[in-house]
Amino acid sequence: MNVSAPSSNVPLPRQGRSNRGRALWLSSLVALAGVLMLLSLAIGTRSVPFAEILSALGGRVDTIGEAAVATRIPRTVLAALAGAALGLSGAIMQGITRNPLADPGILGVNMGAALAVVVGVAWFGMASSHAYIWTAVCGAGVTAIFVYAVGSLGRGRATPLKLALSGAATSVAFSSLVIAIVLPRNDIAGGIRSWQIGGVGGATFDRIGHVLPFLLAGFALSLLSARKLNSLALGDELAAGLGERVMLARATAALGAVLLCGATTAVCGPIGFVGLVVPHLCRLVAGVDHRWLLPFSALAGASLLLASDVVGRIAARPSELDVGIVTALVGAPFFIWIVRRQRVREL
Amino acid sequence: MDGSLPATATSQIIAGHRATRIRRRQAVVAALLLAVAALLALSLMLGQSFTPPLDVVHVLLGHDVPGASFTVGDLRLPRAVLSILAGLSFGIAGSAFQVMLRNPLASPDIIGISSGASAAAVFAIVVLSLDGPLVSVFAVISGLAIALLVYGLSFRNGVSGTRLILVGIGVSAMLESLIAYILARAPAWTLQEAMRWLTGSVNGASLDQAIPLLLGLVLFGGILLSRAGNLEAMRLGDDMAAALGVRVARERALLVVAAVAVISIATAVTGPIAFVAFLAGPIAARIPGISGSILLPAALTGAVLVLLGDYVGQFLLPARYPVGVVTGALGAPYLIYLIIRANRGGAMS
Repeated sequence: MNVSAPSSNVPLPRQGRSNRGRALWLSSLVALAGVLMLLSLAIGTRSVPFAEILSALGGRVDTIGEAAVATRIPRTVLAALAGAALGLSGAIMQGITRNPLADPGILGVNMGAALAVVVGVAWFGMASSHAYIWTAVCGAGVTAIFVYAVGSLGRGRATPLKLALSGAATSVAFSSLVIAIVLPRNDIAGGIRSWQIGGVGGATFDRIGHVLPFLLAGFALSLLSARKLNSLALGDELAAGLGERVMLARATAALGAVLLCGATTAVCGPIGFVGLVVPHLCRLVAGVDHRWLLPFSALAGASLLLASDVVGRIAARPSELDVGIVTALVGAPFFIWIVRRQRVREL
Repeated sequence: MDGSLPATATSQIIAGHRATRIRRRQAVVAALLLAVAALLALSLMLGQSFTPPLDVVHVLLGHDVPGASFTVGDLRLPRAVLSILAGLSFGIAGSAFQVMLRNPLASPDIIGISSGASAAAVFAIVVLSLDGPLVSVFAVISGLAIALLVYGLSFRNGVSGTRLILVGIGVSAMLESLIAYILARAPAWTLQEAMRWLTGSVNGASLDQAIPLLLGLVLFGGILLSRAGNLEAMRLGDDMAAALGVRVARERALLVVAAVAVISIATAVTGPIAFVAFLAGPIAARIPGISGSILLPAALTGAVLVLLGDYVGQFLLPARYPVGVVTGALGAPYLIYLIIRANRGGAMS
């Protein structure tokens, strides 16, 4: 409040984030994810003393506490993987579409994956985990193309409103179809609930093992396309002028994003809003350079999903809340905040 | 013709056109009424078994017909009545919103008001253990609060249609997960109940449930219909409406309260039957020969949609589905069509 220093009231343009600062942030995110993983192991319906957690991590299941922790290990791993996948896939979708509201949940892509799996199980007798994941990835891909096509048909490019609306419409349609297919079939794994609301509760190392190759491929494709996303952010013409093959760059990045969210949906069911919230928060510290933004988004996504899962276990004791509910409760206000903050382009 | 008609002849021509328009409009309304009546008759007669029309009439008159009294009187009639009342409510309130905000996307089920009323009803039933009229009152208050919230959140140097719809989508997403949260914590979580609050259903209907719906429709639906003229004027823009003698701010407040009340009362009973509020107005507007206020035709179209959707969901599909699943699967492609068409036309704000 000193008159002699008026310049301090003017927000300085944040230019040239130092790589050291970013590295510091990145390592603190790693630490945060680590702490949350520990919390996720420690907190649950049954509280377990620290010594028992350690011995359970060593592979012992002698006491009830150790056994409880042992079931929490795969769950924690899955939450971290799924969160990283969703955060990354959201960051890429926002990068490709240059749309602040892009998110695998909002664009209906997760629901598309869920529908494909349900159709496969109900009508084609699909049973193996591998088939699940392939189908989910294909469903996610087809839905992503469909929603983007609907959003960008006709005049102008896909604006946030058009994309969000076509995503919402597709989501409702697909979730109706999922209900329609699952309702008369009590035998379909998990029933309606697990295909409407995503959760990490039923994780086993077996299921994680099936999905892991897909996730790794997705992670690799996504992280490798970071530089291309930077070019795309300049606009198609400029990117092409810089020698980027625009369509190819977009397609590889999209394939990575679809692999990630499709595979995640195949194990967890549709989890929304992680992909929306995380990249926006990460941009605040990492800036718009995708080479930094993508690793940031993966770590922050893992942290967010771990935290949401822990909160879900505390909030509804003695039972627990699916993580998809928690992320929606946290993410929807954030969505509104972005809509309010950004000058959403009028159609 | 010498190019200039005497004043009397001009007014005669205008009067003639007006009379034709009114006649056509009456014909449309009559046709819609007929459709509702036909569907009502169909859903009373046809079900798992066929009940002859004469028996149906006997049951309706209160006679005891062995074999038909229970199926028609206790199962089919409450269901059909509830479907009609809910359809009327969703149709009239949805189209009132669409006309008022001059945007087909601004229907209560897209901007979060239906999910608000539904969340409130679930909360009242599961957490507060209320029942009957209190649930409706609670739903109406919450529906109004959500309407105010969505409006307030999208207010920034005035309310833009785009922002209102996007904020509404966010609010609905949150409310829907709130519903899922409450249902997950409910002691007895049955699929039937959950489906009702997530997509809307008229399963397990009874005639007592129809009473609050009927009262709400007569009172608040009556207000909406009596204001239809002003609503039409507001369609021309606020300034024009004011010039035509409409007190815009007061009228808008009244219309919002009435529309939210109608839709909340209906939602408290049947759940948010997916997309009926959104579909009824645009479908009614495409009926050939329609003119003037859309409210009454839209209400009747809503009733047709719910009756038809429930019948299809119950009997024409391999398994029994709640009506909301059918209307949801029907409405979403239409929404997509609307987005594509709006893209072509280039106007959707």
